[in-house]
Amino acid sequence: MNRPKNKEYKFPTHIDDYPTGPQYKAGFLPETNAGWRKVRPVVDHEACVFCLRCYLVCPDGTIFKEDGKIKIDLDYCKGCGVCAHECPKDAISMVKE
Amino acid sequence: MKTNKIFISGDEAAAYGVKLCRPHVIAAYPITPQTITVERLSEMVEKGEMDGEYMHVESEHSAISVCMGASSVGARTFTASSSQGLLYMAEGLHYASGGRYPIVMMNANRSVALPWSIYGDHRDSLSLLDCGWIQVYVEDAQEALDMMIQAYRIAEHKDVLTPMMVNLDGFILTHTYELVEIPDQQKVDEFLPAFVTPNKMSFEEPKNLAFSSKPDDNTEFKYQQNQAVLKSIDVIKEVDQEFEATFGRKYHDMVEEYRCEDAEVVLVAIGSVCGTVRVVVDKLREEGMKVGLLKIRFMRPFPEQEVKDLAKRVKAIGVIDKDISFGYEGTVYTNVNSAISKVENYVYKSNFIGGLGGRDITKAEIEDMFHKLYAGLDKSREEKVEFFSLNVETNE
Repeated sequence: MNRPKNKEYKFPTHIDDYPTGPQYKAGFLPETNAGWRKVRPVVDHEACVFCLRCYLVCPDGTIFKEDGKIKIDLDYCKGCGVCAHECPKDAISMVKE
Repeated sequence: MKTNKIFISGDEAAAYGVKLCRPHVIAAYPITPQTITVERLSEMVEKGEMDGEYMHVESEHSAISVCMGASSVGARTFTASSSQGLLYMAEGLHYASGGRYPIVMMNANRSVALPWSIYGDHRDSLSLLDCGWIQVYVEDAQEALDMMIQAYRIAEHKDVLTPMMVNLDGFILTHTYELVEIPDQQKVDEFLPAFVTPNKMSFEEPKNLAFSSKPDDNTEFKYQQNQAVLKSIDVIKEVDQEFEATFGRKYHDMVEEYRCEDAEVVLVAIGSVCGTVRVVVDKLREEGMKVGLLKIRFMRPFPEQEVKDLAKRVKAIGVIDKDISFGYEGTVYTNVNSAISKVENYVYKSNFIGGLGGRDITKAEIEDMFHKLYAGLDKSREEKVEFFSLNVETNE
């Protein structure tokens, strides 16, 4: 689970800072998806059995494992709740933002 | 100087011009009257006379898509179309200009259905004036060939990076034969450097290509695109000068004035009809009338400055349009009129609509236009948009 790191994106202040047309070096995310989200998934690490079903079903690939725990990249999570719905142990709950 | 002249059609001249530019990828769908161009190019690829790939596609929509993909990885690309085919490409035309892919296209100007017609007028390309492409209209086969070479220089310029459409009149130019000089390949290679784009996608430099933009950025991208097309005016002039120095032929940049120095009354036109207007201008000049022709070469970017410069010196301007924007005027006239409105002096204006669906525009009709413009000067004729070649009486 080698998640690519986002590089820091400097917002343009002059028209010449824009790329020529809509193409740019890969690895930048000018804006995260977090703004779309109404509810966010919260993992109960006590209940989680690491079956990784949430990882498999997440449509945006935001779920990863770090330090022996399931974690969710909230920069990309859009709050759809598929992980919570599919978790066989009900270890993920959707909490209002 | 030794020259290499051969007797070929306008379509073939375009194909020879493209061959000399060594495109990496050609993707086109055949359509009358463009067919011969793509047939010749596919033969050249088949016989190994060209190194490029000729990609067979099932439609014009696919042709432009192939060109965009190839262009994004740094390939020089060519496509060609006409009429219904060009319109089927329309979605991709905006995409290509917004993506800043400097694709070069030959368009054989042809009428648009219905009624179905394979013959020429300018309604296909003029209806796509706003798609962000540079548009040039040529007068003969030599200019068609030469503009293919100039087109790559203009489109691929780092400050322009905008696709370019080279328009030649269907049948009148595409299917008539002329003696055309084929430039030396080595000279073309020197004139036309390799295509370099800052947007080139590669394994070493992965890119996020053709992304979306929100209201926060969309206006900036469109501003940038408009600046690039405006910037092409300087590049067009620079390229034409260098072309003359290299090949000995020049096309007078954005427009060509013919006998306009002391003219009182001028006709404005695009494309092959300019040749006929020249003949009429010569005849009327012999009769003592101070008439001239303004051949508009580029419709985008528009030669606003050149039209204004002319409008300051003349008393009447007529515009021939092989086009009608239904419910208003011919599109060339609308654009010319906008430029004229920016000068202080009054100029009598009229729009002559004709030559639609392949009807010839005759010398007698052009002579009549000049007389009508003179009639406007003594107030015996009002300014108007007139279909000049109707064969029947109307209710007007």
